Amino acid sequence: MTDFVELWVYLASTPLFGLTATIVVYVLAQAFYARMQHAPWANPTLWSILLIATGLLVTGVAYPTYFSGAQFIHFLLGPAVVAMAWPIWLRRHDLRRHGLSFLVAALVGGAAAAGSAVALAWAMDLPSNVWLSLVPKSITAPVAMGVAEKIGGIPALAAVFAVLTGLVGALSGRYLFDAMGLGFDRAGWVARGFALGTAAHGIGAARANQVNADAGAFAGLALGLQVILGSLLLPLIWRWLG
Amino acid sequence: MKPLQGIAWLLALQTAGELLARAFALPFPGPVIGLLLLLLALRSSTVQGCVGAAADFLLAHLSLLFVPVGVGVMTHLGLLAAFGGRVAAVIILSTWVGLWVTAWTLRRLLRVPPEAP
Repeated sequence: MTDFVELWVYLASTPLFGLTATIVVYVLAQAFYARMQHAPWANPTLWSILLIATGLLVTGVAYPTYFSGAQFIHFLLGPAVVAMAWPIWLRRHDLRRHGLSFLVAALVGGAAAAGSAVALAWAMDLPSNVWLSLVPKSITAPVAMGVAEKIGGIPALAAVFAVLTGLVGALSGRYLFDAMGLGFDRAGWVARGFALGTAAHGIGAARANQVNADAGAFAGLALGLQVILGSLLLPLIWRWLG
Repeated sequence: MKPLQGIAWLLALQTAGELLARAFALPFPGPVIGLLLLLLALRSSTVQGCVGAAADFLLAHLSLLFVPVGVGVMTHLGLLAAFGGRVAAVIILSTWVGLWVTAWTLRRLLRVPPEAP
């Protein structure tokens, strides 16, 4: 038994542990998600986070120890943000023809998401470092962290809020779109995907991709546009207000 | 070999973006500048040929990349216990507002849907 404990202590402290745990749990969560026929509640990001966080709390492994291995996955968010140019480029003909419509929808939708978050946080009397971390939550996590840092929020909290926002969008988007009468024709899928990419960033876009190819393509476009617009405009607006 | 070249392009452009952001003290993140640089670089057919596979792979598994930082929620349990209910309400309501406004606006503006790819 003591041998096992020693072995566990050794394993839990190497970067290999965090990396392996992240990928293995995610692959299992993904398989479960497929088996549940991509039901929103079976979201693999949600379950991976819950399972790993619970596992760490139960076994007493500290988050920095886990992150020393998981950072190799986290690091890929940087190149992934650069890669978001690809779906924009693939949609360049649509952008040339309907560019203004997409741009206006991205701006209005992004402003509505950030503005309503600030208004609600203010109405609910949340402390300033908390609501400042809520501002960039519709932009994808790594970019949200950078923006939060620039405007005076807490980067780690901003990342968590961004992930939660993505999960809310991925989990409930479908019901909201059905309630507002969006159809399942091509125009309906384009609007569904674009809205998910705008207000629920990468996690919403991943969900859109799993459901419908058109929705996925336009979610990717929206995601890239939101990353560009949000990271350029939010700090400028902040500077102008301050 | 192609996917590897694609990764090389993505990393090189991200590095260029980080360097530009630092050198000129730009108010936006390096990877976003990398994204804009890649949009320009995609005019070249060499870049088009090798970035696609790497970009598709990374973006297909985007939801995995959020797991490490999401697990970080365990370090803010105290803050969440204090403000969790209100923060959850803000996140849920503002996300719905964002989704609704975006979908509604796009639906009004796009009377003719974009043609199939």
